[in-house]
Amino acid sequence: MGRDLLRFATAGSVDDGKSTLVGRLLYDTKSVLADQIEAVQRASVDKGLATPDLSLLVDGLRAEREQGITIDVAYRYFGTPTREFVLADTPGHVQYTRNTVTGASTAELAVLLVDARHGVVEQTRRHAAVLALLRVPRLVLAINKIDLVDYDQGVLEAIGKDFAGLARSLGFSTDSGDDAVVTIPVSALVGDNVVERSPRTPWYEGPTLLGHLESVPVTGPEVDAPFRLPVQYVIRPRTEELHDYRGYAGQVASGTVRPGDEVVVLPGGHRTTVASVETADGPLEAAAAGRSVTVLLADDIDLSRGDVIAAAGAPPRVTDDFDATLCWLSEKPLHPGARLLLKHGTRTTQVIVGELRDRLDTDTLALSVPKTLAINDIGRVALRTADPLPVDDYADIRATGGFLLIDPQSGCAVPAAPQVLAGVDDVPSTWIT
Amino acid sequence: MSVPVLDALDSLESEAIHVFREVAGEFDRPVILFSGGKDSTLLVHLAVKAFAPAPVPFPLLHIDTGHNYPEVIEFRDAIVARLGLRLEVAHVQDWIDDGRLTERADGTRNPLQTVPLLDSIVEKRFDAVFGGGRRDEERARAKERVMSLRDAFGRWDPRKQRPELWNLYNGRHAAGEHVRVFPISNWTELDVWRYIQREGIALPSIYYSHQREVFRRDGMWLAEGPWGGPRGNESLELRTVRYRTVGDGSCTGAVESTATTLDEVIAEVTASRLTERGATRADDRLSEAAMEDRKREGYF
Repeated sequence: MGRDLLRFATAGSVDDGKSTLVGRLLYDTKSVLADQIEAVQRASVDKGLATPDLSLLVDGLRAEREQGITIDVAYRYFGTPTREFVLADTPGHVQYTRNTVTGASTAELAVLLVDARHGVVEQTRRHAAVLALLRVPRLVLAINKIDLVDYDQGVLEAIGKDFAGLARSLGFSTDSGDDAVVTIPVSALVGDNVVERSPRTPWYEGPTLLGHLESVPVTGPEVDAPFRLPVQYVIRPRTEELHDYRGYAGQVASGTVRPGDEVVVLPGGHRTTVASVETADGPLEAAAAGRSVTVLLADDIDLSRGDVIAAAGAPPRVTDDFDATLCWLSEKPLHPGARLLLKHGTRTTQVIVGELRDRLDTDTLALSVPKTLAINDIGRVALRTADPLPVDDYADIRATGGFLLIDPQSGCAVPAAPQVLAGVDDVPSTWIT
Repeated sequence: MSVPVLDALDSLESEAIHVFREVAGEFDRPVILFSGGKDSTLLVHLAVKAFAPAPVPFPLLHIDTGHNYPEVIEFRDAIVARLGLRLEVAHVQDWIDDGRLTERADGTRNPLQTVPLLDSIVEKRFDAVFGGGRRDEERARAKERVMSLRDAFGRWDPRKQRPELWNLYNGRHAAGEHVRVFPISNWTELDVWRYIQREGIALPSIYYSHQREVFRRDGMWLAEGPWGGPRGNESLELRTVRYRTVGDGSCTGAVESTATTLDEVIAEVTASRLTERGATRADDRLSEAAMEDRKREGYF
């Protein structure tokens, strides 16, 4: 058992200094190598800057350097003696919310930046709403540029309190007993409380940003949820000695699977028993969420890509008619009656959009009934699918609770790229049967 | 009985296997780009694990610049034979011979691989092309999706990347388009070496320390070869070196190293103050955005 791996994301408005914070994390953990530092120093001198611009470590595309902005999610890698990190650095521009969604969807923790001079702004509220929609399990509010407010405790505590109220109303737990929402005052430029504790904030008793990243759990709620395995591929060697071998390949989406477990295959509903859990390295006694395995079943049943193998005692609901909350990412607005494709786990099916039930104003958190959903809107819609789907609440199991909507029209158009839309299942009370 | 959470290498391995299986489930004609280098050898190892005990359901494709190290070609052919894989080779030389490509003044053939790659994709109708690219290699690569759409010209447009949520990949594409797939996107150089050690994966011998006649050019140790040896005041000398990356011989430099075992290589990589591309790839030094420019044109 080696070091574990934490996947986390950063989000914030333009000019909050996010790329500088990421550069600081990389620099202070000595994850930046000499040639990269030289390249940054060279480019900083070219730009006429007095100190190295650490944001140049991450903003790599031509347009980014020219405009001094971040266009797309950039993935960064660094490690400490206790843990490896995959960091999804997401852009602050409104029009790139799709990238924030991309970066945060696999994160177990998100660092949301605000500028200490401005506090919680509209973009903070929008990002927090998206992070809440995606159910990122843990949130860090990093109040940056504290050097520019003279390390004023009153200012920083007021921002923290403001944000705690927002987080609570979005459904995050803000109990001081757990660490779902943590506020850390930092200066990415100077390095206060990022890796090293700052002597200029003696009143701050919490962890440094890196200290916190090193100590939170790396897993989400999936580990303790009931077993789910969306079948990706059926492995049939068809050789003489393995003539009857039928292995169902997939990544355990939640829970744990062991030989002898009672399972149900959905949407068909056949019940059987797990005969063995295999990998190329041999059979396993148990496989937990996140592990790619091949499952062999006791009975020969009809099963193919798209089916879900689930714990028989706690199966998902099977439905073709449900409500869901979407983050709409297409340039083309969503109208009632739209015919799209829905990708859930390993199954893609057709879907018809019904009533648009509400739209969330991310600034006031008020709900209204919309005529359409435009790009970046978060709203709840009714959906009807061509095939029944085994679904869980997204809050419990992200893999069987989330899905994509895909526009089949633009999917075939040249040269426009297909538009993809994120979808997230809603709370159980809104299911319609 | 509680089941331990996956460690970092387990997690990266499971993610890569998931990507291979998604592509096998959704595409008609995938192919793995295979050069015999460490990253593509790792890809093949992971593909074998993804489909065991059945064979890997895709062929391999090598875009051969002709500027090879004999040890790597021997290794390539041995691994293909041992695993019973199918290998297609597109020789850059064929494109030069019939005039579709022109040899560059500097003799470097790395950038010349793009046209044979795109031609092979069209000719063989490949719809998903696996590459061993890693996001930690370079800043433009850091922005690439795991599954990345290429238009009919093979181009990558960073402003038009699709959202990529959870582990749901949208591989829909029009006729003539294809996707590039990067199963080891999230691996670092050190992860690759640690995994090679854990799994006992064989590599070409040039990754380990050996004696070689090399000459100094642009701050790198280059070997003599068909791409042109020492010229002017450059001179060959015997050095103890190894390679951190394996590419076109004209622009891949060796590093001075005494690391003969995996433990020594890992210790060296851990202590290194240079990135692998910064240390050994002249082609990435051309400009601040050299990799981005080549990717936009359809490079790996």
